Amino acid sequence: MALLEIRNVTRRFGDFAAVDDVSIGIEAGEFFTLLGPSGCGKTTLLRMIAGFDLPDGGSIVLDGKDLAGDPPERRPVRTVFQSYALFPHMTVAGNVAFPLRMAKVDRAEVERQVKLALEGVQLGGKADRYPHELSGGQKQRVAIARALVTKPRVLLLDEPLAALDAKLRGELQLELINLQKDIGITFVYVTHDQTEALALSHRIAVMNHGRVEQLDEPSRIYGLPRTRFVADFIGHCNLFDGAVVATTPHESGALVDLDVADLGRIRAFTKGQVTPGTTGSVAVRPEKIRISASVTQGEDENHCAGHIRDFLYMGDVTVYIVEARGGQRVEALLANSEAGRTKFFEAGDAVEAAWRFDAGHFIPG
Amino acid sequence: MPDTSSPAEAPGRGGRAASWQTRSSGAGRWLVSGPPLAYLLVFFAIPALIMVAASFTPPGEFGGLAPLFEDGKANLTLEAYERFAEDPIYLELFVKSVLYAAITTLCCLLLAYPLALLVARSARKYRDLLMLLVILPFWSNFLIRVYAWMIILGPQSAVSRALNAVVEPLGFEPVSLLFSSFAVLVGLVYVHLPFMVLPLYANLEKHDPALLDAAQDLGANAWQRFWRVTFPLSLPGVWAGAALVFIPALGIFAIPDILGGTESTLIGNVIKQQFLETRDWPFGSVLSIMLTAVALALAGLAAWVSRPRRTT
Repeated sequence: MALLEIRNVTRRFGDFAAVDDVSIGIEAGEFFTLLGPSGCGKTTLLRMIAGFDLPDGGSIVLDGKDLAGDPPERRPVRTVFQSYALFPHMTVAGNVAFPLRMAKVDRAEVERQVKLALEGVQLGGKADRYPHELSGGQKQRVAIARALVTKPRVLLLDEPLAALDAKLRGELQLELINLQKDIGITFVYVTHDQTEALALSHRIAVMNHGRVEQLDEPSRIYGLPRTRFVADFIGHCNLFDGAVVATTPHESGALVDLDVADLGRIRAFTKGQVTPGTTGSVAVRPEKIRISASVTQGEDENHCAGHIRDFLYMGDVTVYIVEARGGQRVEALLANSEAGRTKFFEAGDAVEAAWRFDAGHFIPG
Repeated sequence: MPDTSSPAEAPGRGGRAASWQTRSSGAGRWLVSGPPLAYLLVFFAIPALIMVAASFTPPGEFGGLAPLFEDGKANLTLEAYERFAEDPIYLELFVKSVLYAAITTLCCLLLAYPLALLVARSARKYRDLLMLLVILPFWSNFLIRVYAWMIILGPQSAVSRALNAVVEPLGFEPVSLLFSSFAVLVGLVYVHLPFMVLPLYANLEKHDPALLDAAQDLGANAWQRFWRVTFPLSLPGVWAGAALVFIPALGIFAIPDILGGTESTLIGNVIKQQFLETRDWPFGSVLSIMLTAVALALAGLAAWVSRPRRTT
């Protein structure tokens, strides 16, 4: 049994189901992420795990014990709040000592553990500072030290990096991964930032409209999105809609041939069983599509001709929007690996776009 | 309350603020601050100085003050101060007034805190209405409100009769609520309560609710959340409210005049008497100066007690 079991949890606000019959099992030592757009129910679910909100249906079970009767102060979980919620009238040491004092730990032990906790987050020298004297990254580390000092079973993190600038966010992501690896406490992380979720997590539950759309490892969430929403929400994705005309068994799944109105016939991979006539979308990541000036169709490849409509120079890569002859837009991404070169094509250039059959992933529905 | 904005996160902010200030210096600044400064000079600083001068002047033949210069030399005396020092009754009056003001402040705090907390924690759309109700008494005249208490506490009032209906059968003398220290304190607390509620509410309303969530998450029960988080963060509001209640309560004369008996004369009554009835302006000035000194000393003490310290 998993350490933290969320069983058929539902939370309604009036007629609106913020969390709708969600079941998730989170393992001990796991870095688990709830990912979704705002309003998808991820924060409501987190607040129910912390105890600030109660489910209307279902149960939350930690270590085999139903938490329903426990108020937040009695649950062995701690939260790192988005705003950090450091006590402004207490020093860094006072903040970290707070949960120990609430647990009636004796004075000498409080001092010892606070010192250890602050050294653990490289803030040993800041014990006497007040929160307003710290930078954003330091505040975040104090909030984490304060939450971890009583060694909870589960640490809940509510978008803890959202308030920081991009560069600092990258550094702190690495710190979080290492911290979680070192202490081995289960992290439940809430974010709307898909790159953050992919970078940090062991597993991700992608949520939308109060339901879990897909629960998988990051590489499978990205590579094999199970629903159109997941494909669209995680990273950039080409979605070609059409109807299946034929299927051929292939490895552990099947190759499907699809008629796409503005593009023609394309072939894609699917893991499930699909019968001809099924409608759905083929998801192809832009970096899986190569574009070239002349026809160089390889084996096992889809192929279409068109012209460059637009391009976006992003520094490391350039995104090209190709308009296929049928009118379908195809997004392709080329790494700018050559120094000084910002683009390979100009708007209006006639190009060929091609991608492997198994780079496309068929999503029914 | 400590500044929660982080200086480290906005390195450019200080520089910009400084340059803006530089540009606004000179004529513009005086144009803005000049009128209120002039007002304070004419109606506060100069009268205060006149009062200090009056305290060293002999009383005039028919009340008021004797001329400051007589026969070509300054007409100064320490008589009024000597009189203050000689009779211990005045010191006792000061102690009594400080005591009354302190009790009033404490009662106001105990009544206002739950009220302010209730309003600050109610739904945003009701807060303004609730605060309006708190200041509603100001819409009727101060004296009328105090006279109303004369009726409420009077011998024929429901309150008095209900009280005596309980007390007399137990073998006690009938109790008179009006014209007593109790009535004065009731009046003082009633009149000053909004001055405690307002600064407390202004403070409590700004508290970040996430702090209470965090405290609860970290294991604090309701009492600990109040005592360790809400209360210490509200101290600036407590001090502001205490000052707004204590200082006016210290010099008040109308309430003891109306609701008090002979034993509830406060220093404010004596000062009023010196100026309006006895017409001994120098001695009234001495008492006024002493009252200001006491208020300042106590405010200084409070500032020292509540000074920011590095505590864990």
